[in-house]
Amino acid sequence: MEKAGNPKAKLFGMAAEASSATALYQAAEKVRDAGYTRWDVYSPFPIHGMDQAMGLKKSWLSALVFCGGIAGLTIAAALQFYPSTIEYPIIVAGKPINFFTVPAFFPIMFELTILISAFTATFGMLALNGLPRWNHPIFNWDHFKKVSNDGFFIVIESTDPKFDEEKTQAVLESLGVNNLTLVYGD
Amino acid sequence: MADAVMQSPEAAAERLTRPPLVRNDRSMAWITDHVASCTERSAPKWWWIAFTLSASLAGVSVMCIAYLISTGIGVWGLNHPVGWAWDITNFVFWIGIGHAGTLISAILFLTRQKWRTSINRAAEAMTLFAVVCAGIFPAVHVGRIWMVWFLAPVPNSNAIWQNFRSPLLWDVFAVSTYFTVSILFWYTGLVPDLATLRDRAQNKMRKFFYGIAALGWRGGNRQWKHFEMAYLILAGLSTPLVLSVHSVVSFDFATSVIPGWHTTIFPPYFVAGAIFGGFAMVLTIMLPARAIFSLHDLITDDHVDKMCKIILLTGSIVGYAYAMEFFIAWYGGNLYEQYAFINRATGPYWWAYWSMLFCNVVSPQLFWFRFFRRHVLWVFVVCMFVNAGMWFERFVIIVTSLHRDFLPSSWGMFYPTWVDIWTFVGTFGIFLTLFLLFIRWLPMICIFEVKAVLPEADPHYDHDAHSSIASGPTQGGSH
Repeated sequence: MEKAGNPKAKLFGMAAEASSATALYQAAEKVRDAGYTRWDVYSPFPIHGMDQAMGLKKSWLSALVFCGGIAGLTIAAALQFYPSTIEYPIIVAGKPINFFTVPAFFPIMFELTILISAFTATFGMLALNGLPRWNHPIFNWDHFKKVSNDGFFIVIESTDPKFDEEKTQAVLESLGVNNLTLVYGD
Repeated sequence: MADAVMQSPEAAAERLTRPPLVRNDRSMAWITDHVASCTERSAPKWWWIAFTLSASLAGVSVMCIAYLISTGIGVWGLNHPVGWAWDITNFVFWIGIGHAGTLISAILFLTRQKWRTSINRAAEAMTLFAVVCAGIFPAVHVGRIWMVWFLAPVPNSNAIWQNFRSPLLWDVFAVSTYFTVSILFWYTGLVPDLATLRDRAQNKMRKFFYGIAALGWRGGNRQWKHFEMAYLILAGLSTPLVLSVHSVVSFDFATSVIPGWHTTIFPPYFVAGAIFGGFAMVLTIMLPARAIFSLHDLITDDHVDKMCKIILLTGSIVGYAYAMEFFIAWYGGNLYEQYAFINRATGPYWWAYWSMLFCNVVSPQLFWFRFFRRHVLWVFVVCMFVNAGMWFERFVIIVTSLHRDFLPSSWGMFYPTWVDIWTFVGTFGIFLTLFLLFIRWLPMICIFEVKAVLPEADPHYDHDAHSSIASGPTQGGSH
């Protein structure tokens, strides 16, 4: 089997290339059914239905964003009510400053809700994905560069409890994939 | 239609087949190569010429602004009663243009319009650059720009807080939120494509910068899962946001008591106008870019056709709003309101009003006909009319409403100075300079999304049995 990276370093996992999105999808279903848990498939674009094929649950980023939205709304409410009613109420043209003027605060409440939610969505996504990071063992495999062009890859990591070089190799070979490679760290 | 019924089943199926989103059965590698190589070749001659011209024009704008700040707001033609003129006209004009980008990237995403994939990146970039141009005007029109921090939600040097009940302050929050969220949305969508550029990089500089910018993206499905959720949420957040931004901009006018401004139709009317003008600007810059980089297989004539239909729809909504304003002025029975509208059409600014009406309502009607939607030159000409018409619309709303105050002793006219004119002309230089830099350094088409709408991207695609009839009406992937 091919080797990539420094063979003396820690083994990252066993990688292989699938010929198409269809082949990758079918391979993922089999690896899922074989009971592996620490593995991933890599593709140039998100493949429709791949989450089910891999047995992944829905991303819980939406829960984070909900909290972000609540935070934005709270900040906006506090930011407007405190100065406008307690700290420094400004009476303009004799208009009231009581609670019934609250609709005038809605636009900024709305904008800050959106703003903090959007920040949470972007940075929450990066955090859940462990990004940004400088490097990753998989990049030691030169052939993997194809992933952002037209390559489809499957990698079973060595930290998977079911990982065993021979057995895993047999599983991957049964999937009809090619370019089987052991990827090591630096 | 009778012909279609008479045709053979195969021919009928052919007619029902959706036109493919990417023409000529291009492969994934072709898409990557074709889009990414635009940023990898050394800059062609035309690019340097265009860049020099637009950067010089941008310099003119910057010098005019420096003159304005160092001398005072009197270098513009503002007066009593016309205290807002080209500055706010330009602001509303540019911010409106941005709306088409967000509409394409967010609203068309939520409504699963897959044809958006090849135009959303450039349209979003256009949004950002338009908002940059827009942001200049409210910042410098305050006169003493070093006081502009009074707009920030902190007590000023006399410990006085802002008036949070003022639409001008809402506007600060709306526009800055819009700009920030647009950047986040744009950058999130860029990350996988930056990884593509990183993986293709041949020299150290490109490896380093695209490597940093791609944030270590690997394209694993565990990453795509969160990525797709983030993208969906950002689209969901941007949709109400884009509708709110121009609504809030319209509140700047609608909450005042000036005849011609004080109308409840303003928010929807402004939003429709913004999308209308924005699509015209998208086509204005995409048609030349498509021709120069030969992207006809990705941005097909069907794309142009669809955008023309949106222009026709929103242009007609705008036409309806113009008519409704007149109707309500008559029906409402308010003397000042009636005068304001009759004065718009027949007063000293009649030429601006009728130019607006011709450009925005009459010229897009050509798009009822397929012939005009399919001929690039006609599309371009109509879009130029719309660009001009939308500027006139804001000018008409702002200046004609102000120049006749309640008392005839406070009547006046607005005449722009050379500083007014060159500041505005120069913003086109800023806009084009940023756009030219964008097409040199970043993929102007969203590479990964275009790949995802190819038929073979569908995991249930049958590679052996594939033919154009067999895949039927769902070709181009829609499930």
